[in-house]
Amino acid sequence: MLNFAPRRLLLAKRATGIMLAFSMLSIATAQHSMGQNVPLISGGAGFETNTSGGNTTYIPVISPLLAAPLGNHVLVESRAIVLDSFFPRGGGQPGYSSDLFLGLTYLEANITASKHLTFVAGDFLTPFGTYNERLSPIWISNFEDAPLILSIGTMGSGSGVGGQLRGSVFSTQHVSFDYAAYFSAASTNEQFSAERASGGRGSFYFPTARLEVGASYGRLLQGTQQTFSGVHVWWEPENTSLRLRSEYAHGPHSSGYWIEADYRLSRFNNGESFVGRFEPVFRMQQTFRTGPDQSDGLPSAPTEQADFGLDYRLQHEVRLNSSYSREFSPTGNRNIWQTGIVYRFLFPAWRGK
Amino acid sequence: MRRNWILITSFGFVVAILPLMAQPFASTPASQVEPLKSTKHPAPSSEGDRVFQQNCSRCHDAPQSFSPRISGTVIRHMRVRASLSEHDEKALLKFLNP
Repeated sequence: MLNFAPRRLLLAKRATGIMLAFSMLSIATAQHSMGQNVPLISGGAGFETNTSGGNTTYIPVISPLLAAPLGNHVLVESRAIVLDSFFPRGGGQPGYSSDLFLGLTYLEANITASKHLTFVAGDFLTPFGTYNERLSPIWISNFEDAPLILSIGTMGSGSGVGGQLRGSVFSTQHVSFDYAAYFSAASTNEQFSAERASGGRGSFYFPTARLEVGASYGRLLQGTQQTFSGVHVWWEPENTSLRLRSEYAHGPHSSGYWIEADYRLSRFNNGESFVGRFEPVFRMQQTFRTGPDQSDGLPSAPTEQADFGLDYRLQHEVRLNSSYSREFSPTGNRNIWQTGIVYRFLFPAWRGK
Repeated sequence: MRRNWILITSFGFVVAILPLMAQPFASTPASQVEPLKSTKHPAPSSEGDRVFQQNCSRCHDAPQSFSPRISGTVIRHMRVRASLSEHDEKALLKFLNP
């Protein structure tokens, strides 16, 4: 409790800093923005609950995103997250404690160099696998919890500080190939923490089959150098509303996979109807451990987990999430219940004439 | 523990692939699909619609609507996130601003 006030003050300062950074970005780009290129504010706000082992944690969360074009070739983009966890004090004490977290998820400048190349500079999400870059926003992910293997290949913090090359090599009616390659320097700054690392990802997409297949590679270049690899397969069968996503990742001391299937019931009814707004989701995941490693973020023992979710899409960009998970582990089995409501917003940074 | 895990994952897997075997009860004619309200996999009505369905919709549903003043910014964001080609970027911009 003694550190409570200084900590709040520090967080308030950080919040002010982040808001100032967002404001400066908007102002800096105002003179360059015209027509359809007005800076935007997007993101999600929600309220989540997590019940495990009889204890319920309540988590209000907001994750704003700012994207601001600078001229015709530069896009400055940033995402932040603010969440407050309210959890039981434990130890027989009544009431709840809270833990406020505020941080920049990424802050990057995207510079379009050619039709096949975009240069990304700044603090960026590590391009390894699919979840970290594409499914982690709270208004996108089907489950509140990330997969167990998320930390494999994403270098701990999930982001890098440095540069990245990415783009589409070719795109035809039958197949396309895109890539991302990065180098990150070590950084101990609290908001921009990163490991010295390099890596990348390449993906083929076959539009006719609606099939995506890709591979990722990462190399930690500091301390005990380590190599990570992974593959992913996504498939959306034709004429269904089914999505199948899967990912496998391998590290020096652990590995694992997840497979997720979601199905929008709009196929059986109008997408705007009561039934059509439901989306059942199922995910199975498994981790393996080949050696002890307390820093790789995976469970200390081989773990298996089945997640059953049911999402419901209300009007006005609001979604209700619910899920039940059963985790099997030599250290003990457990149930995890989660519920949440998420509102997604997207609007111009300022009003137009 | 192992037996429970196999039972649960088998059940989940069977439930997950059931839709593959189901016949569609209703389909949406392409001409009635509003671009930003499209559900998954209606027939694409244009090149931009195809790009939208094959790239943006792979990760997330379309927003119900947004101001045309930010459509260029949205697409530049998607170009980076979804690694769109220049051709796809232009088709998508045309689709969002017919």
